[in-house]
Amino acid sequence: MQPDRTEELKRLLDERILVLDGATGTMIQQLRLGEADFRGPPSCGLAHHTHDVGGDNDLLSLTKPDAIAAIHDAYFAAGADVITTNTFTATSIAQADYALEGRARAMNRAAAAIAREVADRWTARTPDRPRFVAGSLGPTNRTASISPDVNDPGARNTSFDELRDAYRDAAEGLIDGGADLLLVETVFDTLNAKAALFAIEEAFDAHGSRLPLIVSGTITDASGRTLSGQTPTAFWHSVRHARPLAVGLNCALGAALMRPYIEEIARVADTYVSCYPNAGLPNPMSETGYDETPQETGRFAADFARSGFVNLIGGCCGTTPEHIRAIVEAVRGVAPRRFAREAG
Amino acid sequence: MNSRPMLLAGLEPLVIGDDALFVNVGERTNVTGSKAFARLILAGDYAAAVEVARQQVQSGAQIIDVNMDEAMLDSKAAMVRFLNLIAVEPDIARVPAMIDSSKWEVIEAGLKCVQGKPIVNSISLKEGEEAFLRQAKSAMRYGAAVVVMCFDEKGQADTLARKTGIARRSYDLLAGIGFPPEDVVIDPNVFAIATGIDEHANYAVDFIEATRWIRANLPHAKVSGGISNVSFSFRGNEPVREAIHTVFLYHAIHAGLTMGIVNAGQLGVYDELDPELRERVEDAVLNRRPDATERLVAFAEGYKSVGKKLEEDLAWREAPVGKRLEHALVKGVATWVVEDTEAARLEVAARGGRPIEVIEGPLMAGMNVVGDLFGAGKMFLPQVVKSARVMKQAVAHLVPYIEAEKAAAGDAARSKGTIVVATVKGDVHDIGKNIVGVVLQCNNFDVVDLGVMVPAQKILAAAREHKADAIGLSGLITPSLEEMAHVAGEMQREGMTLPLLIGGATTSRVHTAVKIAPHYGGPTVYVPDASRAVGVTTQLLSRDARAPFVAEVAADYERIREQHARKKGPALVPLDAARANAFRADWAAYAPPRPSFTGRREFRNVDLAQVAELIDWAPFFQTWELSGPYPAILDDPVVGEHARAVLADGRKMLKRVVEERWLAANGTAGFWPANARGEDVVLWQDDARSTPALVWHGLRQQGARPDGKPNYALADFVAPEGGPPDWIGAFAVTAGLGIERKLAEFERAKDDYSALMLKALADRLAEAFAEWLHRKVRRELWGYAPAESLGADALVREEYRGIRPAPGYPACPDHAVKGPLFDLLGAKALGMSVTESFAMLPASSVSGFYLAHPQARYFAVGKIGDDQLADFARRTGLPLDAARRRLAPNLS
Repeated sequence: MQPDRTEELKRLLDERILVLDGATGTMIQQLRLGEADFRGPPSCGLAHHTHDVGGDNDLLSLTKPDAIAAIHDAYFAAGADVITTNTFTATSIAQADYALEGRARAMNRAAAAIAREVADRWTARTPDRPRFVAGSLGPTNRTASISPDVNDPGARNTSFDELRDAYRDAAEGLIDGGADLLLVETVFDTLNAKAALFAIEEAFDAHGSRLPLIVSGTITDASGRTLSGQTPTAFWHSVRHARPLAVGLNCALGAALMRPYIEEIARVADTYVSCYPNAGLPNPMSETGYDETPQETGRFAADFARSGFVNLIGGCCGTTPEHIRAIVEAVRGVAPRRFAREAG
Repeated sequence: MNSRPMLLAGLEPLVIGDDALFVNVGERTNVTGSKAFARLILAGDYAAAVEVARQQVQSGAQIIDVNMDEAMLDSKAAMVRFLNLIAVEPDIARVPAMIDSSKWEVIEAGLKCVQGKPIVNSISLKEGEEAFLRQAKSAMRYGAAVVVMCFDEKGQADTLARKTGIARRSYDLLAGIGFPPEDVVIDPNVFAIATGIDEHANYAVDFIEATRWIRANLPHAKVSGGISNVSFSFRGNEPVREAIHTVFLYHAIHAGLTMGIVNAGQLGVYDELDPELRERVEDAVLNRRPDATERLVAFAEGYKSVGKKLEEDLAWREAPVGKRLEHALVKGVATWVVEDTEAARLEVAARGGRPIEVIEGPLMAGMNVVGDLFGAGKMFLPQVVKSARVMKQAVAHLVPYIEAEKAAAGDAARSKGTIVVATVKGDVHDIGKNIVGVVLQCNNFDVVDLGVMVPAQKILAAAREHKADAIGLSGLITPSLEEMAHVAGEMQREGMTLPLLIGGATTSRVHTAVKIAPHYGGPTVYVPDASRAVGVTTQLLSRDARAPFVAEVAADYERIREQHARKKGPALVPLDAARANAFRADWAAYAPPRPSFTGRREFRNVDLAQVAELIDWAPFFQTWELSGPYPAILDDPVVGEHARAVLADGRKMLKRVVEERWLAANGTAGFWPANARGEDVVLWQDDARSTPALVWHGLRQQGARPDGKPNYALADFVAPEGGPPDWIGAFAVTAGLGIERKLAEFERAKDDYSALMLKALADRLAEAFAEWLHRKVRRELWGYAPAESLGADALVREEYRGIRPAPGYPACPDHAVKGPLFDLLGAKALGMSVTESFAMLPASSVSGFYLAHPQARYFAVGKIGDDQLADFARRTGLPLDAARRRLAPNLS
């Protein structure tokens, strides 16, 4: 387990806006990999796997680690301070679709180790600019608060306990692999996130040490609510007990539509705020699948930074190292968001 | 108190801070408290059970308590099933849940079903410290606040000492594991009173006192209680139970009770209780006399009888229609409201009035009573919701008549403008906003009503789409205030300039001035109630009236902000830091203008007719204790008539004052070479600047300025020693010479009104004289603005270059300079003097300095620190104590 770098991060966050990386999936898509690439060399033991695994991006940490390392490298080269591990769907729940639930923990461990190595290489090169690895814990493809059955609003296709076990497994892998932070991201159902936070606390208890956390929700449409119906402030109240280093929003909506919601979070949260929107709205005609150019993304980043909304900023779906470079330029020299700290 | 707020959430946030009113927790989804609900759950009729929850939230429950502790039930399964069902109902799940069970495993199962931040009800030391801490830790990990029952290994706490002892022990244990204290809710146990057992007589008092003790001694902790227990001995006698709940809550809330589990239907209004019943209940609740229980029981017997109750209930039907409507609104009784509204409408119509007058008259009056009771903590949200429903029915009855009237008016009803109105995000209360909408429509404004819970972006978009002339924001609950400030900020960010109207029960003029207006450059105006909406809107949309009205409001709000800042006593910075943040004029780029002469000059018997043209009438009304901006005050529905009358009398007398020379006006002004020396300004006798004529000791603002503004001193506007040559002016004027003769005349005639009127006019004339002379100074005597041509209004608004600060006013609070100033100006020769306490004679006099720097401005010095006091003492040569006395109002 990595040492707890909370104090170091707080010092940096008080000094300047830190930049997160951009999309991993978008970058992987551009590699145009086939089923065989995903299965990897025979040593990976997937040659005769019963299910197709093409498109299981998180599997690549085990079967094609160099490709993942190259993506991390490109984001650090673009100026990111924090990269996220390639583990968005690496929970036993989500991997069940590929019949790979048994490999979830290994995927997390491998992904964190890859990111750790790349980050350490960059830190060694420029020791005055330490780089960080955030271990990503995605939302899974099930929801604990929403019924999958229109005829039975009380039904659920997963439970708190099932989610907690899956997240515990994933978190242990990320911790073993050397993540500096844990990132509970793209929260569209806060109950799922609360299960993740519960599992993380249990893992910390077991290790007798902690890592800083970031919790990032997703406002799914212009109603200004999460998929499970919460307002941004209600979301913050519901995850605040985990005392995250940062809270924020990511993914759905582009920066333009996200503005009022990140502003709300920035107003109510008494901790650092992170934000990494998609590159605008989906656009099938564009190479990245999204419609914002790096220049446009940079303008939004400058607006968020100057408006005092953010302490960490990066990109989600559809963003590339070019977008991150534009964000780095846009926020350079802009004072980070300040917030009232409770004494005692 | 200033405790940290408890931040709860369902789908929407609930903040329970010091400024929150009593939070009512719905008790009807509790199988132990509601037989009806228990029957539904036992029968498996969850659909109907969900409706109970919905109905509770709709009638104002801010949290819902869910309890499935029933021997015949699989409590855990029922808890999970019910919570999962209400989780997908947005109009229920919007409020936080209180997960209530005596079994931890049931609570834990419930915690796994809610995405928001709930409250656990409850944990306690009943099974010892280990279980208590294990459960608390678990609650913390699930992200829940906890209710802690005052219960320990020995049992439930029944005395004040036991309650406070267990509360303290529980609180300290929780602090030991890092449990956030703001998430701790202590329940000091509500027990039944008036049971006939002596030991029970003080139970309510013990609860109330324990509440007070907890709020005072356990920082940030909240207090809760199950209210209906207190009246348990009166089961079956609903009117008396209701009275006991009402009185008990009234006192407990005053002692600091944060929340309570209540049946909203079982609450009365403290002020509306039958006085005799209230007194007897109060005797029992507060344990005020040994026979309180007997007396209450005896009285309650009679109260129970149906005959008496009906009689009680219907007496109000005999009252005049206005009173009946008020009663219906306060009590939330809808039975006769349409009938009464129609009666009121016919009454109004019979005297030739319009249907809208029913709203503006009796209905508004009734809602104001509701608002006052709510503000005073004597009514609770569920009751206000009921009142609002009654109001809606009344308004709905009137709308067809109002529309018919409008249709009949035809072209005469041309739109006067478009107003977008909305209840801001986070707030669902719309009664006030709806009334404003109706009233404005009746007065031929087009109203675009966006409804409730409207986010800022939607309000701004609608304003653009409809080319609105103004935006009106409403809200009832405290968080709405912040949201309004946010909307104002967004309007500013999007470059809007249209007027913003602020209304709703929790808003106020002070809040609007201090918290909202500073976010927005456009006019921001507080509207106290719907009846004022038309007046305010009409002025804001009028081509001629708008500018003076906006200026008046802005000046009023600035005054409020200054007062507020003084009251609040902002953080002070050290004098060195304030000096480092002084206003710095660019002396290299500015050549101070040389006055046309130096030394003093006299102005005797100035023509009062000329002076009178420059009178600012606004302060005139304050003499008569009529408050409101001028000229709007003349049309004010309450004081307008009176204001018009005094103004007419004033003008009449002014004519005689001028024509018959009742008063004489003398003045003197002069200019001297001058330099700033720190906060002092040195006036020199000669151009060589070798002999000082006067040293004017100033003060510097010392308040922390997070907004990046400078810490001003008046000396900042005068060139420092070593800078370019600069000058300042000074003046003293009076318009009160000869007033004693005339006042004596009025006195003899016992005509106080005319005496007061003359004094008021002399004051106005003195001010106008100062204005007149200042204009002459700018145009000719100093001559730096020879081409200035401003009307009286613009002068009142101080739209000119340069200022004339007067000693004793906020920018230079030290009065003492008046003595040397009068000497320098030779004011004595003109019949003016200064008393020992620095009052000027005649009373209608004005004196001060002239500063010409283009950036010179008025400001309030405000509070200063001991360091500046010591510095001032050193500069003036005063002993420290004397300096302290002289600057007392500026010392904290």
